Amino acid sequence: MREIAYYEAKFEALNEIMAADPTVHLINGTFLSLSPHRHVYQALAKKYSDRIMSPPISELGFCGLATGAAMAGLRPIVDISTGSFIFEGWPQVANEAANAFSMSGGQTRVPVVFHLFHGLRGGGAAQHSASPQAMLWNNPGLEIVLPSSPRDVKGLLKSATASDNPTIFVDHVQLLDLKGDVPENDTPIPLGVADVKRKGSDVTVIATSYMVQRCLEVAEKLVNDRINVEVVDPRTLVPFDMATLMTSVEKTGRVVIVDETHQSCGVAAEIAARIVETGFDKLKAPIRRVATLDVPVPYSPPLEDYIGPRKDRIMEAILAVLR
Amino acid sequence: MLPQVPRETLLDFCRRMFVIRHFEESLVPLHDKGVFGGHYHLYIGQEATGVPALSCLRADDYLFTTHRNHGHLLARGADPKRLCAEILGRADGYNKGKGGSFHTVVTSLGFLHTSAVVAGIIPLATGTAYAAKALKNGRITVCLFGDGALEEGAAPEALNLASLWKLPVLFLCENNGKYGAGRAAGAAQSTTMAAFPLTDLPKAYKVPAQQVDGLDSGAVHITISQAVEKIRGGEGPQFVEAQTVRWPGGETNWPVVLQNTNSSLAWDVSGVPDKVREWYRSCDPLLIYIRELVDAKQATKQEIADIENKVKADIADAVEFAVASPYPKPEVAAQEYFA
Repeated sequence: MREIAYYEAKFEALNEIMAADPTVHLINGTFLSLSPHRHVYQALAKKYSDRIMSPPISELGFCGLATGAAMAGLRPIVDISTGSFIFEGWPQVANEAANAFSMSGGQTRVPVVFHLFHGLRGGGAAQHSASPQAMLWNNPGLEIVLPSSPRDVKGLLKSATASDNPTIFVDHVQLLDLKGDVPENDTPIPLGVADVKRKGSDVTVIATSYMVQRCLEVAEKLVNDRINVEVVDPRTLVPFDMATLMTSVEKTGRVVIVDETHQSCGVAAEIAARIVETGFDKLKAPIRRVATLDVPVPYSPPLEDYIGPRKDRIMEAILAVLR
Repeated sequence: MLPQVPRETLLDFCRRMFVIRHFEESLVPLHDKGVFGGHYHLYIGQEATGVPALSCLRADDYLFTTHRNHGHLLARGADPKRLCAEILGRADGYNKGKGGSFHTVVTSLGFLHTSAVVAGIIPLATGTAYAAKALKNGRITVCLFGDGALEEGAAPEALNLASLWKLPVLFLCENNGKYGAGRAAGAAQSTTMAAFPLTDLPKAYKVPAQQVDGLDSGAVHITISQAVEKIRGGEGPQFVEAQTVRWPGGETNWPVVLQNTNSSLAWDVSGVPDKVREWYRSCDPLLIYIRELVDAKQATKQEIADIENKVKADIADAVEFAVASPYPKPEVAAQEYFA
């Protein structure tokens, strides 16, 4: 196995995608947020200068431009960058791109990818920390992808770009420097296939995005307490792999869901509802959610830390469902 | 003035204008009888803009239109049967009943997406233009919208992008409120748009912009031909504001037909109700066009009546087809929403 950083795997994917398909264009941004690894983007931008565009600060305009370009034969990947900025392009994403295929009776395909960084990034405060994937999940017509490891970001970005549907690629800046195994010539990871990131027998922890890594750390700590945690990563919300989740739930009967969207009507709420509807009789304890508190994200470090899915809150929830 | 085109093309324009007019008029009683629901908008009064303008395009060009799309689709040759079926929410509709009046799409004619958010298509049109430029396929995009669309932020953002990247797109703004009407009835245009005339807005983004009398088919034809030629020549986007006078039947929340159109009205409006007579006498582009055809000896009144009668029969067939078309199976609602 070959170990590389998450950001390297992501740019390996972008390089391979652009080399394989001349209809892929990158619109806006660097796909790195404020990460220091700008050299990888600059190398890409130099190589494909005619297919990498820097628009003005017009999210509404360029989200629409990319959507229209997707209708006419390109496969654009748009970097919305900070997730909160999707609200500036919302009408084009939620009301045009998401509706076009269904509304046209299947005539118009929209193979566009909207890439963004969600979540608590450290000092993002209320306007640069959004996790819009729950709202987007409530808006049919969009595929939603949440990588959590170097191997996943590469394989999922390839599948998101190859998809004929508008796809939201929800990334997290806290993952960019994570190291992990990424085989050479890895095959794309299909959308709609969950991944058991850690096998366990006592409790099922369902986590998304950066929270997968946090939950894996918590799981290791709990080994000392002889608690064997299974960590399941849905990897995509749309399409959603219920079967893999339920296999784990049926085995453990105890479920904690850890996700960075706000708690009310959040990703954890929807997953919990699906588990209850599908397998209430398999549960030995009430499901616990560990989500971001229902408040605008505050700036100061201890305040930001307090509202997120902290390790102590995750641990407390795991212990609670095991009681 | 008449467009500078061969006689058979002039007569074809005449036929297409009649198709639009009689199609639109036939919808009103269907809605009044509850055959279809929801809101809808008609293209009556704008026929002399859409028909000559869209004749300037190539078969593989892209078009985007709005809630007021029926006239554009018909001008481009859409089948009135399938368009009417879509408006009635039937299985034979172009969108299989999933779009309706606001959203009819005919990709085979270049219409990729029809948005009922007034400025929703303006960024999308820059996108198809961007794709055509990248793929070097020579296609241009025509974006058809109303004056109200310029009030939404999507419009200036898209104008800026189109101008910066020299995209091959024609923004054709159909201002059907030349004397102020509709939502701002009685008010001047400048009460809702600080940019006045409307062409000031694209000009601020260095998009060449001009106005044309949308009642004058010849002026529309020459203006759009020249704009299209510049766009195809790589000069970047163009903006044209076509001014028409709002059809009085469309000034209310729900369309009302106070006068059914008949080609004889071109020469005699004495039977038209008082409150709408002036519009039919001097502002109806279809009646202006057929008067010009006769005055220029390009057609006789009888030839025009024959064209109209054939169109009326076709539209009656289209309505009959649509009403007889079945509704989609209910379960289709939860299918086919992903490619």
